[in-house]
Amino acid sequence: MAAPTLTTGASTGKAAGAARGARARRGPARLPSVKTAVITLVAYVVAVLFLLPYLEMLITSVRPQRELFDRDYLPHHFAWSNLTNMWGSAYGILSSVRVSLEIAGGSTVLVLLVALPAAYYTSRHRFRGRGAFLLLVLATQMLQPTALIVGIYKEFLSFGLLNINPVWSLILVNAGFNLAFAIWILNAYIGSIPYELEEAAMVDGHGRVGALMRVTVPLALPGIVTALIFTFISAWNEFISALALTTSSDDFPLTVRLDSFIGQYTVDWQHLFGASLVATIPVFILFALIEGRVVGGLTAGSIK
Amino acid sequence: MSAIPSPRRPGPRARAGAAGGTGGRRPPGRQLARFRPLLWLGPAIALIAVVVIWPIVAMIQTSFRHITPLGIDIGSAGGSNFSAIFGNPNLPGILVRTVIWVATVVAITMVISFGLAQLYNQRFPGRRLTRWAIIAPWAASVMMTALIFRWMLKTDSGVIYLFLHEIGLIGSFTASSPDWLGNPDIAMACMISVAVFVSLPFTTYVLLAGLQSIPGELYEAARVDGASHWYAYRHITLPLLRPAFAVATVINLMNVFNSFPIIWEMTRGGPGYETSTSTVFMYDLKGTFVGQAAAMSIVNFALVVVIIVVFLRVNGWNRAEGS
Repeated sequence: MAAPTLTTGASTGKAAGAARGARARRGPARLPSVKTAVITLVAYVVAVLFLLPYLEMLITSVRPQRELFDRDYLPHHFAWSNLTNMWGSAYGILSSVRVSLEIAGGSTVLVLLVALPAAYYTSRHRFRGRGAFLLLVLATQMLQPTALIVGIYKEFLSFGLLNINPVWSLILVNAGFNLAFAIWILNAYIGSIPYELEEAAMVDGHGRVGALMRVTVPLALPGIVTALIFTFISAWNEFISALALTTSSDDFPLTVRLDSFIGQYTVDWQHLFGASLVATIPVFILFALIEGRVVGGLTAGSIK
Repeated sequence: MSAIPSPRRPGPRARAGAAGGTGGRRPPGRQLARFRPLLWLGPAIALIAVVVIWPIVAMIQTSFRHITPLGIDIGSAGGSNFSAIFGNPNLPGILVRTVIWVATVVAITMVISFGLAQLYNQRFPGRRLTRWAIIAPWAASVMMTALIFRWMLKTDSGVIYLFLHEIGLIGSFTASSPDWLGNPDIAMACMISVAVFVSLPFTTYVLLAGLQSIPGELYEAARVDGASHWYAYRHITLPLLRPAFAVATVINLMNVFNSFPIIWEMTRGGPGYETSTSTVFMYDLKGTFVGQAAAMSIVNFALVVVIIVVFLRVNGWNRAEGS
């Protein structure tokens, strides 16, 4: 049970911290120890190292064309206009952002519609085939589009879905490969909601679905938000199925669009990284919101 | 602890059953009720069927078909796709490289993450902020991270090269310096570093969750008993961290084996196949011989299944089902 275990973990951690804090407060006030200072320093240096590539992304995106290949850390001039020019239709970045939003938004909605009933039912009921179903979900989680890409490609080719609009195919693929995460997270959250609350709502005259919508969904909201954001981000970032399933440049999501920049004779590095930055910053913020809850869904609660 | 969340309490149906099955508003008999789970699980099963099961079937079928580079199926190929794969002179090198790639990336990731998890488990001002910073490569698209590294590693203008030059590790720095990513050995070392970089946040977070779930009372008890820090570390922290360590290792094995964007964006697997892993090789074949690509996928898939079985073992699935 991912969420409850993690919560317990966090609260004991907090309790221990509080105890330590109390001990520290009892003693005379003093400067932080050398150990704390060293730890703080190292932690900040590591954090900066993790951000440096993305800082370089920003710097390159505003390098003037003339200074693109200069051997320095910072350009002499900052061409902020790069960040507005890149939306020109010649680059196709704007249309790709729209396609990426459609794919990510569509798969997020689909995952919620499919995972919520499954997570609810497996959390509240024991029935024949429950174990088999959860085993199937767990196996799905371990497979990735990469491993099945040739099959996925052949399948959608035979459906003819590629000729209609690859966006639909990509919504299905991304929803399918994020289903397991959503089911684990929702399962754990629903499992931690007392069933009596739903019963009370049903006694009050709401049906099973009414109780689900009025009681369970609001209480499981942190889990639902985590599942939604996680699915959105992974569909937004997904690369290999988008590369395999899109042929017309009108259908390119952002990742495939940027990949197509690389093949050209002169690579528009500044626009490439401008678009990367636009794609990355919202994702950082969204991910920071769910950061503490992601591990539980990815490890299927197997960590004690 | 089981990998499978168990219901918090017996569901209403179970209790209704115990009471003789007379309760409830719906008259339909047990026959219909047996299919009730399908109503709730059906959509999920259908999605898994379309996105996972069907592709597996399609992949197996394709691996026995003879398909021209133009995509025309000209009949059964028997086992010739497989024999073409195994007869490919590039395959031994690719397989060896795949093993080195997976083993090095996962090993280095686990070691560094083990240190990082303990670092970020300490209390210090700004811990939250620094932990947010290290999720950056996890949140960002791996292909974009790979592209920025490709840019930074450019030997005519890249900042990594510039930095190594300034601290004196690299002598000359001119527009004609030999391209790093064109040299298979250097390119592999660079790509392994990038793969470690993008694997660190997830791994560190799993180990952090493992560390934080160790009850503080255990350390208190050890302290009362007069155990040293080092003793407590070896006899409490390390053993209790083992499940988290195992899970992180297996998930990383899977991710790194299936890793495609890093190599694709940095070298496209070239020159020749000299920086290809089996995943990149499989994708490259898809452009010309889909049948052979499918055959290669089956080989990869077999390896993936082995990793999954190990994962389920690590997760204690058998124990969970046995109870």
